[in-house]
Amino acid sequence: MKEAYLAKDKLLPLVGLLMARYRVAAPVAVGDYHQFQILTQPEQLDLTYRNTRLSPKDLFHPQSEKLFRFSTAADDPDANILKEVERDQGPRLVFGIRPCDARALRLVDVNFDTADCQDPWWVERRRNTLLVGLGCTAPCATCFCSAVGSGPFDPGGLDLVLTELADGYAVAAASERGEALLADLDLLSALDQDRAAAAAEVQKTAAGTVARPFDPTPLGDKAMTELFQSPFWEEVAFSCINCGTCTFLCPTCWCFDIQDEVQKDAGVRLRNWDSCMFPLFTLHGSGHNPRQQKPQRVRQRFMHKFKYYIDKYGDGPACVGCGRCVQFCPVNIDIRQVVALMTARCVCPA
Amino acid sequence: MHTYIEAIRKAARRLLTEKRVDAVIGFRKGTIPFMNEPVLVKHPDQVDQLTWDSHCGINLANYLGQRPGKVAVVAKGCDSRNIVVHLLENQIQRDQIYILGAPCKGMLDRRRLTAECRGREPHSVEEFDGRIRIKGRDLELDLERRAFLQDNCAICIHRNPVIHDELVGEPVAEQTGVDRYEDVRRVEQMTSEERWQYFDDLIAPCLRCYACRNVCPVCYCPTCFVDESKPQWVGKSVDPTDTRTFHLLRAYHVAGRCTDCGSCERACPVGIKVRQFTKKLERDILDLYGYEAGLIADQRPPLDTYRPGDPEGFIK
Repeated sequence: MKEAYLAKDKLLPLVGLLMARYRVAAPVAVGDYHQFQILTQPEQLDLTYRNTRLSPKDLFHPQSEKLFRFSTAADDPDANILKEVERDQGPRLVFGIRPCDARALRLVDVNFDTADCQDPWWVERRRNTLLVGLGCTAPCATCFCSAVGSGPFDPGGLDLVLTELADGYAVAAASERGEALLADLDLLSALDQDRAAAAAEVQKTAAGTVARPFDPTPLGDKAMTELFQSPFWEEVAFSCINCGTCTFLCPTCWCFDIQDEVQKDAGVRLRNWDSCMFPLFTLHGSGHNPRQQKPQRVRQRFMHKFKYYIDKYGDGPACVGCGRCVQFCPVNIDIRQVVALMTARCVCPA
Repeated sequence: MHTYIEAIRKAARRLLTEKRVDAVIGFRKGTIPFMNEPVLVKHPDQVDQLTWDSHCGINLANYLGQRPGKVAVVAKGCDSRNIVVHLLENQIQRDQIYILGAPCKGMLDRRRLTAECRGREPHSVEEFDGRIRIKGRDLELDLERRAFLQDNCAICIHRNPVIHDELVGEPVAEQTGVDRYEDVRRVEQMTSEERWQYFDDLIAPCLRCYACRNVCPVCYCPTCFVDESKPQWVGKSVDPTDTRTFHLLRAYHVAGRCTDCGSCERACPVGIKVRQFTKKLERDILDLYGYEAGLIADQRPPLDTYRPGDPEGFIK
């Protein structure tokens, strides 16, 4: 079975069923926005959201995570030996993740899961977590997934994709794991032809509403040094206050910092999100800082996503068009305009 | 507002053409509703980028420090007060800046306006006669402007620039009979446990992105205490102790300097009412020293001056 139908009145029972098998993370309303949380009751689920304020990346790469514990007690035979902090790596399921956020996880895989080096916590969480996506029937004006090689119903990073219909959801498998899950859920029924057609129509309509403010295709061919030295970076950077809003809200920003915190004779090794917007991010032990100036830091963020990533991995850009940075940048720096500058300006000699 | 835009552009064109300034700092139209972007205009042929409306809540004094040459800057009442603070603290010299004063009737709260749209997306926003008209798909709102001011603007008593080289509009009537500290009194009446909980709940969603600090004109330390690494004073995780330390120390550091411009609250990506930390200190400075930050450019502020009659009842 690759497709099925879920009636709306079966939604919460289905979530309850899933909760019996998995730790289920889903969008929950907190204050004036939504965020992904591990559900304790099916009723906490709120699918009326457009997108969560923070991306669900913290389910895989927490903002702050204790990696190891250690003792510094002189009489402890295990002093200064790092011991991995135990964590629940049991099966999880993310319910209602947007296709853009799921795709972001795949873009980030290239950093944490490579042939040479695997981040064990990222890899294990990715392996243990099923992604049940909720396609976007009403993309935001700030969304531009279609411009970065995706779309509001992109199954690319998902195991299952839900398409909301008038009375329920069309459920489609998007991976082998998704197919297996689909076959194993009693509350689903067969998707009849009318509903399948309705779902296709919903998807088509949604895709038509997503703007394409730029075409990133030329970026791969642009000379890196010329783009790097373009005069527009100063202009782009002027209003930037170098806060971490864009990087912390971004589903593909993966950078982190490792810190040891010791109190008395017990310590923990932590991994915390870091941001290329912060001067401390690149401060060397020598005191030298290769990105001392604000325009250098601002340039880094856009170049990383729209040039270095493309050049290094032959994929990307490392942006899924979720529009969070557009919506919440305190000073309205708009990545759509920055990329338009990167792609449109002629950097050839006159 | 249209008269402001014309006046700002005209002044900018004149100042740049006559080479009286190297650049003009103002706002350009935002790419999304309820937002504008600070912009630096360097050439007379770019002055038409400059705009003005009720979404210019970011404090432009933040863009003045450590800038060589001479710049013109569009300044609301609060921006002008922060320019005064900059002058008092030697961050800029008076002859380095040309102030285009913009008398202000308050900026709009983008968070409350967005909430009022209840999930529907605004595409355009216009203002007429004290009303705000917001349109979008399945959305048409006609709201009373006064009810959607930023919290700090609703209680502002210095709407006119306190210092300027020219004004881009007629002075506006200052608000009178404003109760500026109703919320402070409410917090003061709590028990210490309740108060602790109140502030902990307030900052629970904090991401430590430092938007509040970075958007603040008086937070200009070359290296903030939270960014010191030798030694590191504050943990980098989102442990409540560290987040609390950041917010409390920042608040104390801006005491007697904060002008309640509201940029911190406007900038916060998770909607923390950051001014709850600074307002109490602002009121204490007013009560103890009769001082409001950024009003007088030729008198040292109370916290960097010793006077024999200074109150000392709080020393225990």
